[in-house]
Amino acid sequence: MASKFKGVDFYDLDSLFSDEERMIRDTIRGWVDERVLPIIEEAYIGRYFPRELATEMGELGMLGANLPEEYGCAGLNNVSYGLIMQELERGDSGIRSFASVQGALVMYPIHAFGSDEQKETWLPALASGKKIGCFGLTEPDFGSNPGGMITTARKTDGGWLLNGSKFWITNGSMADVAIVWAQTGELGDTKGIRGFVVPTDTPGFTATDQKGKLSLLASDTSELHLEDVEVPESALLPGAKGLKAPLMCLTQARYGIAWGAVGAAMACYVEALEYAGERIMFDGPIAGKQIQQIRLAEMVTGITQGQLMAYHLGRMKDEGTMTPQQVSMAKRANVDMACEVAREARRLLGGNGILVEYSAMRHMANLESVYTYEGTHDIHGLILGQAVTGLAAY
Amino acid sequence: MNIIVCVKRVPDTETRIRVGGDGTSIDPSGVKYVLSPYDEFAVEAALRLKEARGEGEVTVVSLGDDASQETLRTALAMGADRAVLLQGEVTPDGLATARGLAAEIGESDPPLVLLGVKAADDDGQQVGPMLATLLGRPCATAVSSFEVTDESVVCRSEVEGGTRVLELPLPAVVTITKGEYEPRYASLKGIMAAKRKPLEKKEAQTGPSRLRVKAVELPPERTAGRIVGEGPDAVPELVRLLREEANAL
Ligand SMILES: Cc1cc2nc3c(=O)[nH]c(=O)nc-3n(C[C@H](O)[C@H](O)[C@H](O)COP(=O)(O)OP(=O)(O)OC[C@H]3O[C@@H](n4cnc5c(N)ncnc54)[C@H](O)[C@@H]3O)c2cc1C
Ligand SMILES: Cc1cc2nc3c(=O)[nH]c(=O)nc-3n(C[C@H](O)[C@H](O)[C@H](O)COP(=O)(O)OP(=O)(O)OC[C@H]3O[C@@H](n4cnc5c(N)ncnc54)[C@H](O)[C@@H]3O)c2cc1C
Repeated sequence: MASKFKGVDFYDLDSLFSDEERMIRDTIRGWVDERVLPIIEEAYIGRYFPRELATEMGELGMLGANLPEEYGCAGLNNVSYGLIMQELERGDSGIRSFASVQGALVMYPIHAFGSDEQKETWLPALASGKKIGCFGLTEPDFGSNPGGMITTARKTDGGWLLNGSKFWITNGSMADVAIVWAQTGELGDTKGIRGFVVPTDTPGFTATDQKGKLSLLASDTSELHLEDVEVPESALLPGAKGLKAPLMCLTQARYGIAWGAVGAAMACYVEALEYAGERIMFDGPIAGKQIQQIRLAEMVTGITQGQLMAYHLGRMKDEGTMTPQQVSMAKRANVDMACEVAREARRLLGGNGILVEYSAMRHMANLESVYTYEGTHDIHGLILGQAVTGLAAY
Repeated sequence: MNIIVCVKRVPDTETRIRVGGDGTSIDPSGVKYVLSPYDEFAVEAALRLKEARGEGEVTVVSLGDDASQETLRTALAMGADRAVLLQGEVTPDGLATARGLAAEIGESDPPLVLLGVKAADDDGQQVGPMLATLLGRPCATAVSSFEVTDESVVCRSEVEGGTRVLELPLPAVVTITKGEYEPRYASLKGIMAAKRKPLEKKEAQTGPSRLRVKAVELPPERTAGRIVGEGPDAVPELVRLLREEANAL
């Protein structure tokens, strides 16, 4: 099924993708046209995540798509996975966030650190979208510095007792299972941080919706409260030892964001370009005015740079050479670019640009969350600063 | 029940068409090609039939150049089992295409052959009925849904003012139009699996084409609308124009 969205390809990057990669991208593109765009306005204004999309995404194979087929996943390479994120975020950052959390922050740690039993219990159900997962790392007082977390896990006879709160948790209220990160040792000892697979119907576990958001409205963002939540030993992720484990998950999700941001920027640019061609002001279309041309030129340049960065990052990930610092650079640069593109598109649209029937302001507001979550723009700058100077400045 | 679906690679209906330098073809640069939407309905129909019966094989056949492999892979990704590419030139002569397809299909002689009612690029509507004639089979055209028994296929077509139901003995040829068979999305696993499914290439036996394209032209630019007057006074002039210029009355 052909999509009406032609994409943005100023540098003929299409020629670098394989037939399968292009086919995968075009499939998701068509799906977003048909299933996301017609309902996203309503979901955004109504402040809900369109739950039915989760199962469809599962049926098509979008969830944890780069994980192996033996657990019901699509077994795609990382470039294909990135293209999926790009296309989903062309629809809405909230939809992409859902897929990122499910795939990179819930399925990935179960696959990378979980026991066979955990994998068999959860991965096929999460891949199909029948079950939903969330990832609880951030706390009210520990955002950029999760190593300081005060949620604790204490050993009991045959299991663990969890206590604490997690803030800003995507998918939190609708999740069937939560990956909860907790301190098993002394507070502040990053080696003592361990991960737990916690069914959300465990007594003592509650989730409440985060009220008052002005961004990422078509996404479930919640607080998790764990009050004497008792889980068996089998809930512990055996392979996840220390803060490094959740950070590895974040690297996966950030990789997807580097692609997703490009998708959001593409949506805004294409909308602005079309609008500029049609909007007659004074003596002709505003596309013929120097100011708007420079605006559009900056947008398409930023997008092309972002595409190249995401593309090469993806090839490096597939070859196994990608470093977390390279991911930091791409997440930071591409989200920043997308924020700029969305804002400039909004401005080009004049008064219409503040309306929800155009996508620019929705993307613009969404991208402020993307700028902050998964490591803020600043923190990724500090990671890069450390990478080039050898000095940590956090 | 084994089913063959004939599919064609055509320019995306969303593509902005430009006439090529020779004036008899379209300029392929920047054109995106897709599986013809009517053929997509036919593939969907075949897959549903296979799934409902729980047996049989769906083979997709395309006549065209190497690029048509991509079109065949699309059908394989949707769920077809194997593909055959008949390498040859696609001419405007529907009979030449039908001969090429008949040579291939005659060999395996499946009970049911499906095609789109027409190709989305040339709107020919010839290949299905001609193929049926060459194979000596009955043919139902522009079918929006059908059911199959062991001996026959019952086809429904939307015709002027109602529905026509035809019963054809098998083996038969059926051309499909928009209706029951909204095509599925290829799942990502399907796309990956398509790579591993068999795609056979053969020389197409089309014979000579007797049609020649003399010219390809774009439709004339639409001229601006015209206001013939205001209020009731304008009605007689409007009626005259509708009758004499637009031939609408
Ligand atoms: C919509 C949304 C969804 C989210 N989903 C999840 C989720 O699913 N799971 C999860 O665990 N978390 C989630 N988060 C949390 C997110 O990861 C945190 O918000 C983020 O890490 C920042 O933490 P914070 O909000 O506490 O900000 P803070 O860490 O308090 O930062 C505030 C400001 O200070 C800056 N700053 C912090 N430290 C330094 C420093 N050393 N030097 C200079 N500047 C500094 C930051 O860059 C920022 O500008 C989500 C957040 C949002 C907004
Ligand atoms: C919330 C809101 C409240 C408002 N309240 C009022 C009100 O109370 N009363 C009222 O009368 N109006 C009101 N307005 C209208 C507002 O003044 C117009 O939106 C504004 O003048 C821009 O016009 P426009 O939206 O038609 O955009 P356009 O004029 O179509 O502009 C679109 C884009 O093209 C650019 N552009 C236009 N011309 C040129 C050019 N020659 N060269 C280069 N670039 C150009 C603009 O800068 C803009 O980026 C309101 C608007 C909003 C959003």
